[in-house]
Amino acid sequence: MIFKGRTFTFGDNIDTDVIIPTKYLVTNSPDELKAHCMEGIDTEFARDVCGNDIIVAGENFGCGSSREHAVLAISGCGVRLIIAKSFARIFFRNCLNRGIYPLEFKHTDQIDRGNIIFVDTDRGILKNETKNEEYEIPKFDAFITELIELGGIIPYARKQLNIR
Amino acid sequence: MPMTLTQKILAKASDKVEVVPGDIVEARVDLVMGHDVLMPLAFEAFEETGATKLFDVNKVVAVQDHFVPAPDVKSAEQSKRLKEYVKKYSMVNYFELGRGGVCHTIIPEKGFVVPGDVAVGSDSHTTTYGALGAFATGLGSSEIGVSMALGKMWFRVPEAIKVVLNGKPGRYIGGKDVILEILRRIGTDGARYCSLEFVGDGIKYLDIDDRLTICNMAVETGAKNAIFEVDSITNEYLQNRVKKDFDVLKADDTAEYKGEIEIDLSKVVPLIAAPHSPDNVKEVHEIKGVKVDQVYIGSCTNGRIKDLREAAEILKGKKVNENTRLIVVPSSQEVYKQALQEGLIDTFLEAGAAIGPPTCGACCGGHMGLLASGEVCVSTTNRNFIGRMGSKESYVYLTSPYVAAATAVAGKIVLPEEA
Repeated sequence: MIFKGRTFTFGDNIDTDVIIPTKYLVTNSPDELKAHCMEGIDTEFARDVCGNDIIVAGENFGCGSSREHAVLAISGCGVRLIIAKSFARIFFRNCLNRGIYPLEFKHTDQIDRGNIIFVDTDRGILKNETKNEEYEIPKFDAFITELIELGGIIPYARKQLNIR
Repeated sequence: MPMTLTQKILAKASDKVEVVPGDIVEARVDLVMGHDVLMPLAFEAFEETGATKLFDVNKVVAVQDHFVPAPDVKSAEQSKRLKEYVKKYSMVNYFELGRGGVCHTIIPEKGFVVPGDVAVGSDSHTTTYGALGAFATGLGSSEIGVSMALGKMWFRVPEAIKVVLNGKPGRYIGGKDVILEILRRIGTDGARYCSLEFVGDGIKYLDIDDRLTICNMAVETGAKNAIFEVDSITNEYLQNRVKKDFDVLKADDTAEYKGEIEIDLSKVVPLIAAPHSPDNVKEVHEIKGVKVDQVYIGSCTNGRIKDLREAAEILKGKKVNENTRLIVVPSSQEVYKQALQEGLIDTFLEAGAAIGPPTCGACCGGHMGLLASGEVCVSTTNRNFIGRMGSKESYVYLTSPYVAAATAVAGKIVLPEEA
């Protein structure tokens, strides 16, 4: 998969309550949720973000609640790639199921807000075009790669149910 | 190869002789739980799979607990949607408001989980059921929907961290202090993707309510699951609750652990997590005197009978400070009834507390006790993230029922013996 976009940077331990506060969990619509995305930590993000933009963060991104709405809110903003030093596990799984690529990358400190980043997951490279830097990135194992290619757990289940 | 308790459960549930950390397995699930906020989306996912019936109607549970009684029309619509799905798929395990309580209290209470089970829920605090020797973890709504359709789910077999609890806890020390001590040591990502496996001589001093509190908040360390070995305390708790048989699995003596945490329970002191992270842990005496607007005693972390007994022990014959309000929320109908019978509710009312119905209430900023800007809340809940319980400019401290109750009396953070 290939991604290219402008970055929005965040720190460590960005929790799902700041990504989308509980009070908004009365809708499943990404379009409605996106208006409040990151509201707890950055009130301008939802206004400024556009399609293809990339979220860059530190350790343990998406910790806290299991709310898939956190991923829905981010996908509602058009974001398809999150680059973080590490992800909280439920958030990571939710990304796979909602068309967001969760890229673990240890050098997110080298990326500044507004940098243009290019990622090719097949070739395993990340280019910071603003800074003219290139890095190797890890690839997922076969199962997770298959899950991403299928489009997440729902198509995966549909395939299994048809086999039965 | 020797295996930990979690690894043994996952191997058994995926029909494998052995598994090693990093393996991806498809495990049968014995329980799929959902609640009003995250289960309607799970049912949408369930229908998208093309499934037409639940994999096993006895193994799926739906609970109305987050936004009930409905604080607004949108929440009412969401609860209604859940109820419609419950009818459509002929569910038998449905807990309406007034019939159950907070999901993580009623699942153990009503005997839905036994040792060795694989339990999943649409809520991160599903880790709670590890207190009974089960593998229990939270999933997003899509995966809950798929679990309801297939009766199985994929898991990455976790590395394990062994938590050895030794010694006897002192007066006023319980499960909340133990998990806060762990958070103080390893932080909010110290156990990310790992299982926390509890063993040691000190376990016999922790009853099931303490263990439920510890496993509940284990998710705040990033853990995938937390699990206690089964002992006589577990068996006694399960005796009159569960109807199904179970095998008791044990970790191999030579199982490999990625790390080990040893805690001498006799040295644990009353702890409190200051804003805005569960790992910003202080000893209560360090921050004594912070003025408090609201004290909240309840939630899936500390709203069970033991917690209410501890709070009542402090509040008996005393009044809530004139500058502070106290909200007490028993976490299930059963807990509420028991508290009534024991006179605990009388104690709370006499002290000047408001009693809420058994729901998640203000813990996640839902309703019934949100905070205004600048307000400080001492709470027995699990998270104090920015804005979690209301205004982004409010401040939440997480602690035990003993400290919370004492704080309500003093109007400021104090030690239990100072109330």
